[in-house]
Amino acid sequence: MFQRNIGDVILEVQGISLSFGAMRVLNNISFDIRQGEIRSIIGPNGAGKSSMLNVINGVYHPQEGTIIFQGERRAEMKVHEAAAQGIARTFQNIALFKGMSTLDNIMTGRNQMMKSNLLQQAIYWGKAQKEELKHRKVVEEIIDFLEIQAIRKTPVGRLPYGMQKRVELGRALAAEPEILLLDEPMAGMNVEEKEDMSRFVLDINDEFGTTIVLIEHDMGVVMDLSDRVVVLDYGVQLADGSPDEVRNNQAVIDAYLGVAH
Amino acid sequence: MSSDHSVPGSDQLLDTFPKLLLNHAKVRGDKTAMREKDLGIWQSWSWRQVADEVKAIACGLASLGFRHGDKLAIVGDNRPRLYWSMAAAQCLGGIPVPLYQDSVAEEMSFVLENADVRFAVVEDQEQVDKLLEARKQSPGIEHILFDDPRGLRHYDYPFLSSIDHIQYEGRRFDSGSPEYFEQAANAVTGQDIAIMLYTSGTTGQPKGVVLTHDNVIITARNGIIRERLTDQEEVLAYLPMAWVGDNLFSYAQSLVAGFTVSCPESGATVLTDLREIGPTYYFAPPRVYENMLTQVMIRMEDASRPKQWMFHYFMDHAKRVGTRILDDKPVTVIERLIYRLGNFFVYGPLRDVLGLGRIRLAYTAGEAIGPEIFDFYRSLGINIKQLYGQTEGMVFICVQPDGEIYPDTVGTPAIDVEIRIDDHGEVLYRSPGVFHSYYKNPEATASTKTEDGWVFTGDAGYFAENGHLKIIDRAKDVGKLRDGTMFAPKYIENKLKFFPFIKEAVAFGDQREHTAVFINIDLEAVGNWAERRHIAYSGYTDLAAQATVYDMIQECVEKVNEDLSADPLLGNSQIKRFLVLHKELDADDGELTRTRKVRRSFIAERYGELVEALYSDVDSCHVETQVTFEDGRTGMLAADVHVRDARQFPPVKQPH
Repeated sequence: MFQRNIGDVILEVQGISLSFGAMRVLNNISFDIRQGEIRSIIGPNGAGKSSMLNVINGVYHPQEGTIIFQGERRAEMKVHEAAAQGIARTFQNIALFKGMSTLDNIMTGRNQMMKSNLLQQAIYWGKAQKEELKHRKVVEEIIDFLEIQAIRKTPVGRLPYGMQKRVELGRALAAEPEILLLDEPMAGMNVEEKEDMSRFVLDINDEFGTTIVLIEHDMGVVMDLSDRVVVLDYGVQLADGSPDEVRNNQAVIDAYLGVAH
Repeated sequence: MSSDHSVPGSDQLLDTFPKLLLNHAKVRGDKTAMREKDLGIWQSWSWRQVADEVKAIACGLASLGFRHGDKLAIVGDNRPRLYWSMAAAQCLGGIPVPLYQDSVAEEMSFVLENADVRFAVVEDQEQVDKLLEARKQSPGIEHILFDDPRGLRHYDYPFLSSIDHIQYEGRRFDSGSPEYFEQAANAVTGQDIAIMLYTSGTTGQPKGVVLTHDNVIITARNGIIRERLTDQEEVLAYLPMAWVGDNLFSYAQSLVAGFTVSCPESGATVLTDLREIGPTYYFAPPRVYENMLTQVMIRMEDASRPKQWMFHYFMDHAKRVGTRILDDKPVTVIERLIYRLGNFFVYGPLRDVLGLGRIRLAYTAGEAIGPEIFDFYRSLGINIKQLYGQTEGMVFICVQPDGEIYPDTVGTPAIDVEIRIDDHGEVLYRSPGVFHSYYKNPEATASTKTEDGWVFTGDAGYFAENGHLKIIDRAKDVGKLRDGTMFAPKYIENKLKFFPFIKEAVAFGDQREHTAVFINIDLEAVGNWAERRHIAYSGYTDLAAQATVYDMIQECVEKVNEDLSADPLLGNSQIKRFLVLHKELDADDGELTRTRKVRRSFIAERYGELVEALYSDVDSCHVETQVTFEDGRTGMLAADVHVRDARQFPPVKQPH
């Protein structure tokens, strides 16, 4: 529909293999992610999608392969490095502070950027005060962007599931990431909530130019949103290409519809 | 009257919105005119700033070719810049046409086409999309302006621009011809058209009600004088901008009196915003008050024992004396003391939680409000009053005067309003607010408004002995019993529905011997009631047929009869026989409209044998009814429905 701004490769994985003991979860996976695109990873349950995300943001360390991020070649990412260099994510199972308000939860996403020390923050004095105001503004912009003003002060534990997902997205956005990893952001949602979430994903990509890596089960959503799709099945890379190419790929069709082996 | 600024709205020379706006910028330039919550913080604009913003939009519109008499469609939630656009159009002698923001593209294109709209100001991407769609049918739209640019960055249409951009252009235009704006604004007269409001039109296509500056401003001013409103009022603008009430309360009266209007952060935050703003002047339809009361009651159920006890003790006391205190009627010293105490512990905190802590005046209108709900708020010390109005009369026809509140009347005529009742019992009025015409619809204008300015309301009513107008029903629905007594079905049904146990009622009686009703019980309320009494039931049909339930409903019916017996006109239309229907009336079966109004004639036909039973002396009737389930399948429902006689009361006064 619109002219999209897709830039150079900012992250590339080459020949990634990951095992837990004898279990081979990822087997020689290679693909790249370009600046500003929406890149999806799909595959049936147990295909290794979440593991792939965990490799990208440094939770898992692959036994083989390299990751090239912003031109730097490395064997593995480290979690804090990934976060500091602009990779943020949401989780398949919501990981929020249930007793804290929406506002405070999103504020935790700014923590990485706070420079005042713990004591200053605790007594809310001097530099901490100024910092808090600055960060609060960013957080309020996110609240406005995600249209969650009405739940600003509500403890997250009291919110319905779909809203919690949105808060989690807000927290990831608060880190102002280069790359946003979304692990099944629409799982368990009804049609309307999915439409809302899809719109937010597109808007984030469009408005902030954030690169998005998306894991999603809902094929309709993936095909609508993505620029390119990687297909995994039992740790093996089946295909990589535009939604249309992937849809017509025989190996993908077999994996999804099932064939006699 | 003098032009003393301490009495807002008294200046008769300020007869148009542009003049009012420029005057406020002069005499109360630094006073807050408008607020909007943005990024969690309330932002304010003073009257001088508002005048400046309006001027920039107006000049921007002028630079696009907007001229005297042009229409400006306005679509969106209550946003300051949409209100300013409204004022900007009026400053150029143009006519704002606000549209309901939730209407679909088709409905919009009808109005846009009908109103010959060339310019539109909309809130956001959602509305832009709809207008682009509507524009295919009504290509007359030449310019679309939007407030919130989010998501619109890639929209590449030559006719689409942001209000920001227009204001930028406007300021350039203004520096080029600095006298243009003032001249245009001063050229507008009171007889010029100020606004067109489309009535939602339950039957047929919507009609554009044309109102002049005089219509709107004189009516707004009369309301301000009658209620002694000042420029210190606080109002929350949360009702649709296309509705006449919002235009009066959040726009016209603010511009006349100079008070502050606040726009909520979003539709979902209205209740929070209400608490933060604490309005002094407030309008809400009955269902809003009803929902607030339900919320309070549900939360009280979860409160601790002592709190519950305190709440109930003081609320009972308030019920006895609260409304009398509010109306300045005599109460004993002890009663007054306990009320003070209650005010400290319960009423005050409760008003605060509801966001009504600073209320001086609250209105309700639109439909009948249950007396219990009405009294609840009044007993808390909230001065809530009913009014009766129409778009065609710029709202105010009747208002309840302070201290003279009767739940079943709508009060006395507003200032400068004349009312008469014609031979058929229909209410007519004449006032300065009477509309100019329906746009491009002389036939409809002629059949609604007489040559000498009387307007048919379509409502049947009469003046009660206390001089207050009582509206009983739509004029076309009012019938007569055989003995000639007036029969107003909706009036009786509403009285029944005020009981929490009764969900729906259908009254019969036109051209019959007496009144008889079908009743639908409220499954939730009656179900709870039954559970507390250990009455077992399997479902609606079973519960509805229980003798104890019938006993309870009979009490309700007889209370209604007692009430009716005191009515000089309707005393003879008391309910003689009733039955509780074996199934819930359902829109899927065509028995209700989608807005949950009963379709009386359809129901009479569908349940012909039950109507027969009501007008015979049998006490039970066997029926089989086809029902539609939610998934669209149908089934048969069989039941024996009992019919009971209700006690009637001798009418207090015979009709003459």
